[in-house]
Amino acid sequence: MFAIVANMPAQLQIGSNKFFRPVINLNLLGRHFYRDLDFKLGLDLRGGTHLVYQIDVSQVSGPDVDQAILATRNNIERRVNLLGVSESLVQTSLVGQDHRLLVELPGVSNIQQALDTIGQTALLEFKEAAVATPSSPADFKSTGLTGVDLRLASVQFGGGQSELNSQPSVSLDFNSEGAKKFADITKRNIGRTVAIFLDNELVVAPVVQQEITDGKAIISGQYTLDEAKKLTIQLNAGALPVPIKIIEQRNIGATLGNESVAKSLFAGIVGFVLICLFMFVNYGLKGLLADLALLIYILLSLAIFKIIPVTLTLAGIAGFILSLGMAVDANILIFERMKEEIRWGRPQAAALELAFHRAWTSIRDSNVSSLITASILFWFGSGSIRGFALTLIVGILMSLFSAITVTRTLLRAVYSVK
Amino acid sequence: MRFIKYKWFFFGFSLLLLIPGLISLFLNGLKLSVDFTGGSLLEVQSSAPIPTEDFFSIAQSKELELSTIQNLGNNSYLLRLKPLTQEQNDDFKKTLSEKYPDIKENRFETVGPVVGAELTRKALMAVGVASLFIIIYIAWSFRKIPKPYSSWKFGASAVIALLHDAVFVLGLFSILGHYFKVEVDSLFVTALLTVIGFSVHDTIVVFDRVRENLPKMPKSSFEAIVDFSLTETLARSLNTSLTVVLTLTALLLFGGESIRWFVVALLVGIVSGTYSSIFNASPILVMWETPRSKKDK
Repeated sequence: MFAIVANMPAQLQIGSNKFFRPVINLNLLGRHFYRDLDFKLGLDLRGGTHLVYQIDVSQVSGPDVDQAILATRNNIERRVNLLGVSESLVQTSLVGQDHRLLVELPGVSNIQQALDTIGQTALLEFKEAAVATPSSPADFKSTGLTGVDLRLASVQFGGGQSELNSQPSVSLDFNSEGAKKFADITKRNIGRTVAIFLDNELVVAPVVQQEITDGKAIISGQYTLDEAKKLTIQLNAGALPVPIKIIEQRNIGATLGNESVAKSLFAGIVGFVLICLFMFVNYGLKGLLADLALLIYILLSLAIFKIIPVTLTLAGIAGFILSLGMAVDANILIFERMKEEIRWGRPQAAALELAFHRAWTSIRDSNVSSLITASILFWFGSGSIRGFALTLIVGILMSLFSAITVTRTLLRAVYSVK
Repeated sequence: MRFIKYKWFFFGFSLLLLIPGLISLFLNGLKLSVDFTGGSLLEVQSSAPIPTEDFFSIAQSKELELSTIQNLGNNSYLLRLKPLTQEQNDDFKKTLSEKYPDIKENRFETVGPVVGAELTRKALMAVGVASLFIIIYIAWSFRKIPKPYSSWKFGASAVIALLHDAVFVLGLFSILGHYFKVEVDSLFVTALLTVIGFSVHDTIVVFDRVRENLPKMPKSSFEAIVDFSLTETLARSLNTSLTVVLTLTALLLFGGESIRWFVVALLVGIVSGTYSSIFNASPILVMWETPRSKKDK
């Protein structure tokens, strides 16, 4: 038992040396903090645009809704990538009956251009070769067949040339108008390429094998299942076009964010120093040990923020600074209990163990209540509220560990030396 | 110390603090931000002061509904409008820049009315669900309490204290909203829920000690046990709150402008939480439990 206990601080030391050194640097030279790419900073700190779109699925029939949303999401992700925004985010969410699309574009300067690019409905076009051996997209000309005429693209196994080996292929299902157009196109292009473009970007260029009159075509090739799925999604972006409408937009200037981070960081350091002083004045040596545990708490939490990763927002940083005050709560409960046990005539070592044991129920119950509200916040919130809730949850869990395990180990080590 | 004896004094003090806020809530309600109501926020900054008439006349010429302008100092202005599109916003700024060439946008937010209504619904639900879970949790974790005491009463007393804190913060922000145009946004809801969590935190420390003392002091009345427990836990209740107040004060003084009111809500709520857990939750519990324990004797 003693060996385990004695080993604990050493192990922690190794751990923090190994993993958390960069974080220590951060604390000393605040500037490193922001440059460290491992920390995921929220939009309010980096500056950028946060968009929420409402996806109008009223024109798509029931079973195809999921396909349509997936296709829209991927299509918008592709366009966002075209904008060259690093660390952008495209997410779908379902709120009640409403399908939403959440887009985050950090550091975009020309917002109108970004909005125009994202907001367009996908255009899927079937083009035929204008020259004998087409080598670039310019060598194709429009056929009048577009995504509107395509009912659905789906993955299937076998069919076409790959009938024998049950390889995945992509089937196209045209509506009656599309079937007519497609029959004409295939008739005059047998043995030639008909290329499919999405937003003027080549998706696939299959060669027509025969005239297809029933509006059901199969694109076969050496596709893996994933490739076939990806192709289907791209085609469906044109086949199941769903209009999207902005319902929420937030642009945040980057300068405002930088200023806020610097201020919060300073406030955090002041808060930390105040707590350290408070603990030392009130509890002497024990207080100092609790301060050490608090430092370990900070390092551990920051490491966890990186690992999960937690997106740090202004509110989230405030939550973390708040958690510094709450992290020593458990220590205060234990130390006050220890004072009492000593007053009741227990020897110091026994008082220490009893205090940890007896203070536990109130520490557990009070932290569970905080966890309950933090979890509800996480469920209720979006964006910056979630960031706050998550930092609070990580903070509470970590503080339980640091205030109990770490402090106890430190205290035992100190008292056993005495 | 005889806390319970002076319970009516403490209740009176709470009421004194709560009533102005309640009146203001009733008369003025809360000043809701675009997060709830839907609309647009545009913050612009220039090197020279811009008279409000300029904003209004440009908005009028563009047929935009500009409701209020707030001067944030440093020649930056916060405009509130009916929901704008990015296009309308760019057009507005372009016209503005003809007169003020170095105009700069710091922030632009548009929230559709649907999203706003949704937040209101979710916020109410979150507070309700949080209270319910806390009652259930406390009732569960105090389930081994000796008869005839009811663990549900412990839970409910904690929640009454929690509502006290929530109402106090709401009332204060209603007054602040009326006189200082302080708005209630989604961050405020966050602060409110955090306060709720922390309020119960304090209450549980006291209740836990009551639970521990009950079997130890079989001859004392419930009131005496609660008094004794309160005296014993006073130092830790104050100290745990004090550390949080310290960090929040640091944030208030040195933290950024944009989270100022968020921090105020947290700070006020946590002080109120400490007060209510000592001076409200425990007396309520005593009043509730006492008649029955007398009957049993």
